[in-house]
Amino acid sequence: MPEFRNVGEVRGLRSTAYGFMAFLYLPIIILILYSFNSGSLVMVWSGFGLNWYAKAFGNADIQRAALNSLIVATVATALATVIATLAALVMTRGGPFRGRGASLTMISLPLMVPEIVTAVAMLIVFAGTGLSLGLGNVIIAHVTFCIPFAFMPIRARLEGMDTTLEQASADLYGSDWATFRYVTLPILMPGILAGAMLSFVISLDDFIITMMVAGAGSTTLPVYIYSMIRQGVTPEVNAVSSLLLLASVLLVTLYWLVTRNRAAATA
Amino acid sequence: MIASARTPALRRLLGLLPALVVIGLFMLVPVAIMALYSFLEANPFGGVVWRFSPEAYVQFLFERDLADNLVFQSGYLIIILRSLGLAVLATILCLIVGFPIAYFIARQPARLRNIWIYLITIPFWTNQLVRTFAWIIILGRNGTIELPFRWLGLLGADDTLGLMYSDFAIVIGLIYAFIPIMVLPIYASLEKLDFRLVEASADLYSSTFETFRRVIIPLAKPGIVAGSILVFIPCLGAFIQPDLLGGGKKLMLGSLVQFQFATARNWPFGAAVAMILLTFVVLCLLWYAQAARRAGAQSGALAHA
Amino acid sequence: MLHRQRDFAEAMSPDPTMERKTAIDVAGVVKRFGHGPAAVVALKDVSLAIRDNEFFTLLGPSGCGKTTLLRILAGFEAVSEGAVSLYGENIAGLPANRRSVNTVFQHYALFPHMTVAENVAYGPQRLGRPVKEIAETVARMLQLVKMEKFAERRPAQLSGGQQQRVALARALAPHPKVLLLDEPLSALDLKLRQAMRAELKQLQRATGITFVFVTHDQEEALSMSDRIAVMSEGEVQQIGTPTEIYEYPANRFVASFIGDANFIVAQIDGITGGMAKCRSVRGLSFTLAAAPGGKPGDKVTLFLRPEKVRIEAPGDAGLAGMIQTMEYLGQSIFYQVDIGEDSPLIVAGRNRDDGGTPYKTGDRVSLVIGADALRMLVA
Repeated sequence: MPEFRNVGEVRGLRSTAYGFMAFLYLPIIILILYSFNSGSLVMVWSGFGLNWYAKAFGNADIQRAALNSLIVATVATALATVIATLAALVMTRGGPFRGRGASLTMISLPLMVPEIVTAVAMLIVFAGTGLSLGLGNVIIAHVTFCIPFAFMPIRARLEGMDTTLEQASADLYGSDWATFRYVTLPILMPGILAGAMLSFVISLDDFIITMMVAGAGSTTLPVYIYSMIRQGVTPEVNAVSSLLLLASVLLVTLYWLVTRNRAAATA
Repeated sequence: MIASARTPALRRLLGLLPALVVIGLFMLVPVAIMALYSFLEANPFGGVVWRFSPEAYVQFLFERDLADNLVFQSGYLIIILRSLGLAVLATILCLIVGFPIAYFIARQPARLRNIWIYLITIPFWTNQLVRTFAWIIILGRNGTIELPFRWLGLLGADDTLGLMYSDFAIVIGLIYAFIPIMVLPIYASLEKLDFRLVEASADLYSSTFETFRRVIIPLAKPGIVAGSILVFIPCLGAFIQPDLLGGGKKLMLGSLVQFQFATARNWPFGAAVAMILLTFVVLCLLWYAQAARRAGAQSGALAHA
Repeated sequence: MLHRQRDFAEAMSPDPTMERKTAIDVAGVVKRFGHGPAAVVALKDVSLAIRDNEFFTLLGPSGCGKTTLLRILAGFEAVSEGAVSLYGENIAGLPANRRSVNTVFQHYALFPHMTVAENVAYGPQRLGRPVKEIAETVARMLQLVKMEKFAERRPAQLSGGQQQRVALARALAPHPKVLLLDEPLSALDLKLRQAMRAELKQLQRATGITFVFVTHDQEEALSMSDRIAVMSEGEVQQIGTPTEIYEYPANRFVASFIGDANFIVAQIDGITGGMAKCRSVRGLSFTLAAAPGGKPGDKVTLFLRPEKVRIEAPGDAGLAGMIQTMEYLGQSIFYQVDIGEDSPLIVAGRNRDDGGTPYKTGDRVSLVIGADALRMLVA
């Protein structure tokens, strides 16, 4: 008699999934493990130590690059989130209008064009116009490609929002501004937060575009890591990389928690 | 409703303007200028000379010999073909691995599903450069994979398995970087799939294989198409993987663009390569939009991409 | 006999000597969605007047335009043509936030990020009422709907019935001239729905506010309303008290939409003293009050409620028939009785006291129909 199986059940799927998780996480775990290697050769384990973290923290170049990364990510996120919120409000509450589809395509352009193409196109313009604002150039570039990332969760939230709430506010004598201030904005807040976190992570992690448009002195952490890797692999790279990974994981986890709670908030 | 008709139009304009201006000025216009650059003459010291020249495109297939005659050379053509080949290979492998994973997650209870999806998204949002770097440690000389071979004495001190700096390493790197965006859309369409259809198929004497072939895969097709496009495009334009894992010798389109701008200083040629890359991407997106429209007539399932 | 219909209507309306003000006057309102030939006409020339302090119901199947009309009154939709006035003031151009009209939404639309008290306070706050007065209003409103204990809860922590009460309190708090209720009971389960009917009616009496209630549920409409407007396909079919609507439906649509009804197609043979002699297609003859305007030779539809037919053992009196099928409903039994017409007559019968059913399928019976039970529909 053949063994009973539930409909649609495939054997070995679970172990494949666990194997896949190992594939996703083992490289990251190995990278982090080696960052605790006290020796100077990455591949040769010479015992546990935090000395490379100490060295990384004490490295003035890394400190400057990390500070640049934070400044760029913070400013770019703030600007991109405000711009994206305005655009998302028009797209979801502005009614039908001519050029709506074209505007949407335009906003998602940075998602479609390969990063390297965006990078050299921006390089050409910055070099051609002689625009040289130091970190400003990097910030402009980051705002540009962060807009769609901030836009997506904000628009999703607005689309999921019950429009009768806004009608209820108008019904209860709320002016357009009062409705926005007391009803739309508070309910939209988790979406804005999610959009801001995504664009912060994207900005913090960007490497190709920054590498192309950043002048001397505007190096960000990923660009600095890249130059370290090119010069030869030391456990110091692992230490800095681990810290950058940790920052991203924390932010994404926060994003995940925020978006998960929205189901509870609108129920 | 009674407020003058200009007000909503004005509000719309004010709301959209910042986004459109920023993206237009720093994305659309630059790409247009880049297109223009690809038809200009190269300045040997970097930048361009403002004179029309198709030279950048001629360079793909021909080389000028000492007598200034055009001689066919296949080097760049091979890079284009390798880029397409590696991107297709990586996409197919992502699909083969990603589909069962997506199916597995879609069949988990709702609470576990969220956790699996979270675990799959995490690596995607973490730094690609760093994650690619991790593979240097794994594949490289004296790396994690070679370690046991050395201990067992199967590999001499000066020998190496030669895993690094190969097409193999590049494809692994590409799969590792982009497989989450294959799993997510497939999962999205499988999650929406009414599982009673699978039971109906079984009830009507289908084997599991037949059910997959005739019910599950056709219904998951929007997700499969979306995932494949989302993986293929960044693979084609990849820079980090060929650069770090291909050792800068196995060039792909993305790294060729970077090389022309950063090192060779032939901007028109770099712009031309970027234009070719962009052309492939636009073709992909057009094909996708058409597929989406066709599928949209049957269901709105493609919207999630 | 001709005016018995009018007599009856007057007897049923509450105190005809008291002339009441008109709260809402809808005059020739047309609403189109979209433009040109693709436009959908949701309301075709609707006119009605809702009186002050009235519980007025818009009743009709989904898609009949009742919700559109309500949204026009609330200010969420603009009229395509026609005028709407509130206590004599034309409000057609006034946006929702400047109308002294509040709405209880179908799914309540409570602000999820505010507490119950904050929800109720929202309207008075927007009107700029003093803080102290707002606090008093909120307390009074919550007491009115028996939700004092839940002031600090969030809507998500409340049951459907409780959310319903908060929605009512919120809409009443600014003390609107008219309260609009958009199928507010549809999301509740049956028992709660029945309990809320009485409460809503009592609330309307207590506040003295004009209620305009939208529903597709005929029982809700009949049990609560002072007057009902039955709507279908963007038009008002009939306006009247519940009794008028049920007993004297203006046309076949109203008769069939509210309650169960039998229809017999017939022709008027002759009229004497207001009583018409009619003959059905199959030759059965009936005598009943002639409808105004009915002349001999006219084709008419006779209409008969199932509960107005007496079912008896076969005899000389009444219509002879045979029970085709029966449907046992607990408190009553519906028989389909073949009387030789195209379709059988539906007759409601009572169970015997001991719970048995007096007749069964295949029995020959006699149906006694009083002259007052049959009505003539000209349309």
